[in-house]
Amino acid sequence: MSLLSTSRNTLQLTRLIMRRDRIRIPLWLIGITFFTLIVPVAYEEMYGSDQERQGMAETMGNPAMTAMVGPGNLENYTVGAMTSHQMLLLTAVVVGLMNILLVNRHTRVDEEEGRIELIRSLPVGRMANVNATMLILAITNILLALINGFGLYALGIESMNLEGSLLYGAALGGAGIVFAGITAVFAQLSESSRGAAGYSIAVLLIAYLIRAVGDVSNETLSMISPLGWVSKTEAYWNNNWWPVLLMLGVSVIIFIFAGYLNSIRDLGAGFFPARLGRTNASAFLQSPLGHALRLQRGGIIAWAIAMLVLGLSYGSVMGDLEVFFSDNDMIAEILVQEEGFTLTEQFIPMLMMVMGILGAVPPVMAMLKIYGEEKKNRLEQILASSVSRTKLLASYFLIAVVNGFIMVSLSAIGLWAAGTAVMDEPFYFDKVYGAGIVYYPATLVLIGLAVLLIGYLPKFSSFVWLYLFYSFIVLYLGGMLDLPEWLGRMSPYGYIPQLPVEDMEWMPIVILSIIAAVLIIAGFIGYNRRDMEG
Amino acid sequence: MSILKTEGLTKKFGKFTALDGINIEVKPGEVYGFIGPNGAGKSTTIRILLGILKATDGRAEIFGEDVWKQAVELHKRIAYVPGDVNLWPNLTGGEVIDLFTKLRGGNNKNKREELIEKFKLDPTKKCRTYSKGNRQKVALVSAFSSDADLYILDEPTSGLDPLMEQVFQEMVKDVKKEGKSVLLSSHILSEVEKLCDSVGIIREGKIIESGSLEAMRHLTRTHILVKTKNSIPSLENYQGVHEVERTEQGISMQVDTEEMDAVMKHISESGILKLESAPPTLEDLFMRHYEHKAETGAGGES
Repeated sequence: MSLLSTSRNTLQLTRLIMRRDRIRIPLWLIGITFFTLIVPVAYEEMYGSDQERQGMAETMGNPAMTAMVGPGNLENYTVGAMTSHQMLLLTAVVVGLMNILLVNRHTRVDEEEGRIELIRSLPVGRMANVNATMLILAITNILLALINGFGLYALGIESMNLEGSLLYGAALGGAGIVFAGITAVFAQLSESSRGAAGYSIAVLLIAYLIRAVGDVSNETLSMISPLGWVSKTEAYWNNNWWPVLLMLGVSVIIFIFAGYLNSIRDLGAGFFPARLGRTNASAFLQSPLGHALRLQRGGIIAWAIAMLVLGLSYGSVMGDLEVFFSDNDMIAEILVQEEGFTLTEQFIPMLMMVMGILGAVPPVMAMLKIYGEEKKNRLEQILASSVSRTKLLASYFLIAVVNGFIMVSLSAIGLWAAGTAVMDEPFYFDKVYGAGIVYYPATLVLIGLAVLLIGYLPKFSSFVWLYLFYSFIVLYLGGMLDLPEWLGRMSPYGYIPQLPVEDMEWMPIVILSIIAAVLIIAGFIGYNRRDMEG
Repeated sequence: MSILKTEGLTKKFGKFTALDGINIEVKPGEVYGFIGPNGAGKSTTIRILLGILKATDGRAEIFGEDVWKQAVELHKRIAYVPGDVNLWPNLTGGEVIDLFTKLRGGNNKNKREELIEKFKLDPTKKCRTYSKGNRQKVALVSAFSSDADLYILDEPTSGLDPLMEQVFQEMVKDVKKEGKSVLLSSHILSEVEKLCDSVGIIREGKIIESGSLEAMRHLTRTHILVKTKNSIPSLENYQGVHEVERTEQGISMQVDTEEMDAVMKHISESGILKLESAPPTLEDLFMRHYEHKAETGAGGES
């Protein structure tokens, strides 16, 4: 069959995708653009003078920050340089995530739901859907690049010229297209939509970690990560366009590969084959708790590994950090604010805050899973057997609570273990672990909120994600952007003492735990009263 | 005593009234056919009976207990098969069957194997690879391998092939023989006709006809096919005679049951050569209730 006939009606399907995503894609674009444009405006306000900006550059010039945000132009730290140093990589990760979710939605998800089968029964080419998806994502990323590029230039900030702004946008769009392609490939390889999304997000995280290790220790290592290329554009500084060309070139190859895989496989099939399973259920599976755990097993293990690796990678730069500070007496003098704490110790609270909030993602997922099951109409048969609603909800709740404890523990243990290996004067275990586990009550509040929403307003249960995202933005950027303190106080994470730099305070911990308990109890009551959906 | 009984069962979703005073009664050892088109309220009724939805008004009891308050206890004695079976893609059919039987509390290993054999189900395959019919079999095997006292079946044969439908019908007859009760919601009228003792017809959230199939047949018309020596005078206008059609085989007509005697006397005067009669089908009953009014918008939940 010719390429023309296998692509038949691609444009028609493109229009279908546009119609289906006419809200979704603009929302992503608006969100990301807002995020991009607000930061330089804030920097301009807060770091008005060269002196202030150079002071900021000094605090950023250490391996831990490099591992987190990538290399930057610290010699001439203009507002433009600050923006591309601190924001570009992080935004590229969000753009990558957007592409993964959108591509998966229009490829493997549609296939799994049987919608592609309906489409294929019409006079539509075999490759038309993949082509249409890629076309839409290409357009979306180009739009993203242009809107962000011209938007940054339009801010009229002196150090942000037209070329640098366009390059900044292009780097985001380029990274997006690469991850669109990667997801398209996994949508062919994996037999399920969950698998396709999971592998793609894993690649995104690995790309970030490889770049982190590479930026700190070995430049060439960063070159194998698409996110490493993003930093290599050095927007508002050297303005390198070759990484963008590289991203486009690689995307074309990946797109063609995805199309090829699509053309040689059967509808519904994947290249990672499904195995036959057991004839009988194990004793473990035959309880609501075991069943709920079994459904989430893979995801929980993947998250546990990811949290451990995250802790290990943050911990592994501790040694470099120590050496860096001991070599730079001047910086050390500027930075010492808290008496009695080493500079490395002062980095722990920020790392722990990031890991604490990130560690809340898997338990919240575990809790919301029960509503996902309800929407898919699978709880009906469980509840039609002799399982009470309380017992069912408690099963998912128990998994979420234990899950949250394990996740934050693993990241703290990882940080401690790697730190111990590379430092001359390693931390005590209880100091690092305490700084991490202290975030757990805040995570309990998030879980409690999820239970409450599941009990009364299940349709709005994804509000928890918004709240978690808000917490992250406000607390992570709060320090950088000098946001008012009450914004941080709107989040449970804003009440957690910054161990080990601050003293331990039990009051907020106790109050957060009580709030969590109240939310949870109320949620259970509501869950026993309402109609099931589906 | 009745196994299942609802009185004035009403369910509102916001302003929309899905069920409007439903009365159903299922007696011990009885197979009750619950029929109506899509969106009439069959599944909503069943979900209330299972304690998955909460009734806005009215009473619903199974084994004399409230279906909402005693849901968990009641479910130990109830087996349920939905019309649209949603399973977990990464569990095998065998695992799901075990899970359901275990959660219900019963465990009849021999029955399970026997049913898997009868339905020709491969229990080692993951649910994501099953077709609709195979997912239906998983639910049927887990329901019928339990020792329930009441079987609630919501369009259980959608997706089954005719051979498997046969197996299903045998199973319903078996449980009936054991004195157990069945609530069978369906729109496959031939199936209901074969299996059910009583029938309730639901339309737009109201029961518009209910009772034993026998009694309901009495209310309607019988098919007659007749051939006579001489032509029958003024047949078309005779009281109780409807839809007369003259074919090569003879004259076919429908006769009101209460006018049967008079009509037969009238026909026999013309000298009967051949006479065939057939009882009214459930389809006739059903259509009689629906033909007057155009069907309401299809859809609703399945």
